[in-house]
Amino acid sequence: MSPSAYLDWNATAPLHPEAAAAIVETLRRCGNPSSVHRSGREARRALERARAQVAALVGAPAASVVFTSGGTEANQLALRGLGERLVMVSAIEHDSVRQAVPSARVIPVMSDGVVDLAALARLLDEADGPALVSIMLANNESGVIQPVAEAARLVHERGALLHCDAVQAAGKLPLDMTSLGADLLTLSAHKLGGPPGIGALVVGAEAPLAAIQTGGGQERGRRAGTENLPGIVAFGAAAEIAVARLGDWAAVARLRDVAAARLTAIAPEATIYGVDAPRLPNTLQIAMPGVPAATQVMALDLAGVMVSAGAACSSGKVRRSHVLDAMGVPAAAAECAIRISLGWSTTEDDIDLLVDAWGALYARTRASAA
Amino acid sequence: MTASIARQMRRANAPPVYLDYQSTTPTDPRVLEEMLPYFTEKFGNPHATTHAYGREAEAAVERARGEVAALIGAEPREIIFTSGATEANNLAIKGAARFHRALGKDHIVTLASEHKCVLESSQALAREGFRLTVLPVDTQGFVDLAAIEAAIEERTAIVSVMAANNEIGVLQDMAAIGSLCRAKGVLLHTDAAQAVGKVPVDVEAMNIDLLSISGHKMYAPKGIGALYVRRRPRARIAPLFDGGGQERTLRSGTLSTPLCVGLGVAARIAAAEMTAEAERLAGLRRRFLAGIKARLPEVRLNGDPERRLPGNLNLSFPGISALNLMAACPSLALSTGSACTATSVEPSHVLRAIGLPEALAGATLRIGLGRQSTQSEVDFAIETLAAAVERQSVTSAGTAPI
Repeated sequence: MSPSAYLDWNATAPLHPEAAAAIVETLRRCGNPSSVHRSGREARRALERARAQVAALVGAPAASVVFTSGGTEANQLALRGLGERLVMVSAIEHDSVRQAVPSARVIPVMSDGVVDLAALARLLDEADGPALVSIMLANNESGVIQPVAEAARLVHERGALLHCDAVQAAGKLPLDMTSLGADLLTLSAHKLGGPPGIGALVVGAEAPLAAIQTGGGQERGRRAGTENLPGIVAFGAAAEIAVARLGDWAAVARLRDVAAARLTAIAPEATIYGVDAPRLPNTLQIAMPGVPAATQVMALDLAGVMVSAGAACSSGKVRRSHVLDAMGVPAAAAECAIRISLGWSTTEDDIDLLVDAWGALYARTRASAA
Repeated sequence: MTASIARQMRRANAPPVYLDYQSTTPTDPRVLEEMLPYFTEKFGNPHATTHAYGREAEAAVERARGEVAALIGAEPREIIFTSGATEANNLAIKGAARFHRALGKDHIVTLASEHKCVLESSQALAREGFRLTVLPVDTQGFVDLAAIEAAIEERTAIVSVMAANNEIGVLQDMAAIGSLCRAKGVLLHTDAAQAVGKVPVDVEAMNIDLLSISGHKMYAPKGIGALYVRRRPRARIAPLFDGGGQERTLRSGTLSTPLCVGLGVAARIAAAEMTAEAERLAGLRRRFLAGIKARLPEVRLNGDPERRLPGNLNLSFPGISALNLMAACPSLALSTGSACTATSVEPSHVLRAIGLPEALAGATLRIGLGRQSTQSEVDFAIETLAAAVERQSVTSAGTAPI
């Protein structure tokens, strides 16, 4: 087989072997956590153990974890489940936040990709009712880490609530819901080594949440439906490993920085976005001027290098990034940006493959332009 | 083999005999085997189609979509994957009602014996201003066709009738209800979580517009389900939530490739094996009923004896507390009814709907047979239940029936 390099970890991460084992073990048993017989009780115990593991990932009480089908559902539950509120979302949020409430006010970001807190304060001061603010902890495209704790202070001083989409940050950064000041926090298992199809909304004591999905009253009435037990148990296992291995990301960051240095050595005019702000250790958003992202992604794919042009969404089409738009990046440059994201099993060989393929494309385009 | 021999053959520490297939089914090992590679080496995001891993996942999801569609006579693009039947029911009912409100429709029709998530969704809509007609069912569990016809009006947005009941197993006449709704020009949704894969369901023959499927009720894992959404004539619904616009914008969120694959494999197996398995289970069910009646003539069957799920029985034991009976039979995994409400002491709304007196409702067990059920398990269960009832009858003699 020809060599390949998976560098699209922000779209989805491979399953941790421990999480895979947890799935297989749970799938081989049978039980509905709401049943009263023995297999039902065993299922209930496994569910509550996983709930505690996920809660420990964010330093929250176990009872505050509401399992959902993933990050998208958790974001929608957070933004729509608190009744009539004036909603404010940052300009760089994931589509599941941006589109949850059509009337939401947009909090701008600065050119370095960081949310403009002064603008947030102004928006809050103009609000004439209870507000709900949603700011992600780390952006999925640029990797820029947002000043959520500072935002929380502004938000709480003005009697509003804060939701934080921590889907990309969880498992890569230390997380503590209390010091973060978030009232609601979104998690997704498949971004941190758990399986797809499971996520959670962590709900603080101050956030009176009403369900979107109603029925059998599971998750203490906050999310109906038979619990996805194998998914939940594997999420718990992955969360526990993620906490134990937070230290490993320093090495990933070094590899990412090597990649950045080598790519910009090849193409000095290439731009790295968010580089002036604190970023996730694994994310590199870079533009090769004059070469559309779709062309780069295809050329890299042919060479076995898997990256993306941004968020993986419905169409699979390469769209211009709303994140770069919000940072004020000119359209011509934004259309040439790709997202490279690394993970715990990324090697120097993967980076070699990336640099070679990207370098070859760069040489070809420069030769044909000459 | 006689019942007592069957009983002796069970080892002392054997796991309880599983008799709760309407609550959840084990994942079929064949399903598990085909899913596993998509958890591990084929882990790509099916929406990240700019690279090989994503395209491989996308192809697997689309194959699964085709397998699910084939089981119910639909086209692949009419299948929307969801996190389960609760979400599918919420999406169908709330989605159809909210979409059609803009067209002046504000009325919903459903049954008193529906699953709780259908009733809860309908009640949530009632709080949003919809008018709700909840039709009664007869003592056997059936809805009267004429009552549906009378309930449908100009402003009816959706009629929701479950294909098979989760407690008493009765099968509504979906073909007749479907042609009635089509003639009236009203959308028909059916919660087919218990029916699909167990009895034939065909959205064309039955004129069904929206149909909910549950993975874990048909030997696929928990956390996956589907909603069938008719294309011609188009069933229009609004999404429950928005985001990346996956599933034709009706259901945003990254799809779980392994779970979709699991549902597809389960559908393929059901399509191949349903006829023979239904016959086998109906035989076991009749054996169970005859055996328990021979030992305990006072036992009463709830729901129509034949027009029901092949593997379902719902039995009342007059004068016996169902909870005590379950506690007296630790070697059987049983339930009193819906798992969602199993831990509450409230009597079942389904049993109330068929007019069962409250005293009998509290004396009722649901027995679900399935793919791993055997004749010796059935015989063992009959013997165990009968012996426990006889003991309880002795100890409770002289006290008022519970």
